Amino acid sequence: MSQNIQTFTSDEPIVRYKNITKSFGEHTVLKELDLDILPGEKVALIGPSGSGKTTIARLLMTLESPTSGTIEVDGEMLWHMHKRGRLISANEKHLHRVRSKIGMVFQHFNLFPHMTILRNVTEALIHVLKIPKAEANHRALEILERVGLRDHTNHYPSQLSGGQKQRVAIARALVMQPRIMLFDEVTSALDPELVGEVLDVIKAIASEGDMTMILITHEMDFARDVADRIIFTDGGVIVEQGTPAELFENPKSARLQSFLSRFMKGQPDRSADDRVAAGTE
Amino acid sequence: MDWLSLDLLPPLLKGLKITLLLTVISIVVAFCFALLAGLGRLSRFAIVRAIMSTYVEIFRGTSLLIQLFWIYFALPMLLDVRLSAMTAAVIALGLNYGAYGSEVVRSSILAVPKGQIEASTALNMTPYQRMRRVIFPQAWVMMLPGFGNLQIELLKGTSLVYLITLADVTYQGMTLRSFDISRTPAILAWLLILYFIASYTLTLIVRLSERKVVKGRG
Repeated sequence: MSQNIQTFTSDEPIVRYKNITKSFGEHTVLKELDLDILPGEKVALIGPSGSGKTTIARLLMTLESPTSGTIEVDGEMLWHMHKRGRLISANEKHLHRVRSKIGMVFQHFNLFPHMTILRNVTEALIHVLKIPKAEANHRALEILERVGLRDHTNHYPSQLSGGQKQRVAIARALVMQPRIMLFDEVTSALDPELVGEVLDVIKAIASEGDMTMILITHEMDFARDVADRIIFTDGGVIVEQGTPAELFENPKSARLQSFLSRFMKGQPDRSADDRVAAGTE
Repeated sequence: MDWLSLDLLPPLLKGLKITLLLTVISIVVAFCFALLAGLGRLSRFAIVRAIMSTYVEIFRGTSLLIQLFWIYFALPMLLDVRLSAMTAAVIALGLNYGAYGSEVVRSSILAVPKGQIEASTALNMTPYQRMRRVIFPQAWVMMLPGFGNLQIELLKGTSLVYLITLADVTYQGMTLRSFDISRTPAILAWLLILYFIASYTLTLIVRLSERKVVKGRG
């Protein structure tokens, strides 16, 4: 672990990946990964497509299960549980309990197309957290106000622009008040002119809260602005990590240097470059 | 049009009542089997999948007529139960079209984008809530056209039940024919007309419910 994150060292990590390997058949996506994330920390994962950064998030959201290794969330095993002194695979009930601390925003929004915007946001409040409907509506409207979509509550997702959809998706995840929030390339599917409005919302959340945030992104300026720590992955391993200043001003590894040079040159059409890079992931 | 005489209509309409009653009850039964088998074939448990696949393959792979005969004639002899022709017909039609319907259910559920399951998992819904609140409502819209087709197939499939002595519209037609064979063209013309009106009505009902379900979602 880097010494550059001293402000956090007094805390126990909220997320701990221990020796995580993930393979899809013959293909190994993550190799013996170790990673600690501290409470309230904003971590940006950068790296080329297929470098394993999305898998890191999907393992934590329980969308993929690790091939080997363990993940701890807030001091508790995520994918394993103790039974009569032995460590066994977690059952759905265990996953359900630990997962309640985690939320996620997806690249392709994944809004529920058969529900209005308001119901997209209230559905899990009412049925998962068992909050009364009136109270759920109240909280949803508050959050929708924050992401600037208060006036669209009765629309369906198909009636919104990409940027608006993604802001609804952020509201939907945020309203559950997770301690850890994952943002998986949330601007990669957006038209370039809509990227800003989504990044602004995320920046606002990052600045006000003690929420732990893991951001997978191809937006280097955004990563630099928001993150306490940047992690560069390539080929299923963490190649280099540190503060934004360290990584962007003074990259040590040749792989990070060449990765960054692809983003730095041709700044004007950087967003187009992003989208090409994201599209192949 | 003189030969298409109206005096044939009262007995035929009496039979049509049986046909429609049988169709409606069988649709309900078939729908239940379709859901059960369609969801069962997507179950986490291998044994449930195996049982449901066996049912579906047997009932899709054999003829409806033989199934009718089995349930009405053979099964009562083997099990010593007495089934009315109506009950036997409903069971056979329900199981047969339920087997086809299960494929509609299964393929529609599989057609819902994977991101929807992931989003509902990220919101910490239970597997039941994911199906009930997110996946099934979206799959349902895709099931309607397939179900519409099967309902019409089922309606026409009911014409076989006259072979197990049920007095449906086809049975009435055959009886009228045996009184006066020379009126065969008129009788069969009426059967065509009546089946068409019934199936077209079904089509309209399905279309209407599709429009209602899709409304507002854009």
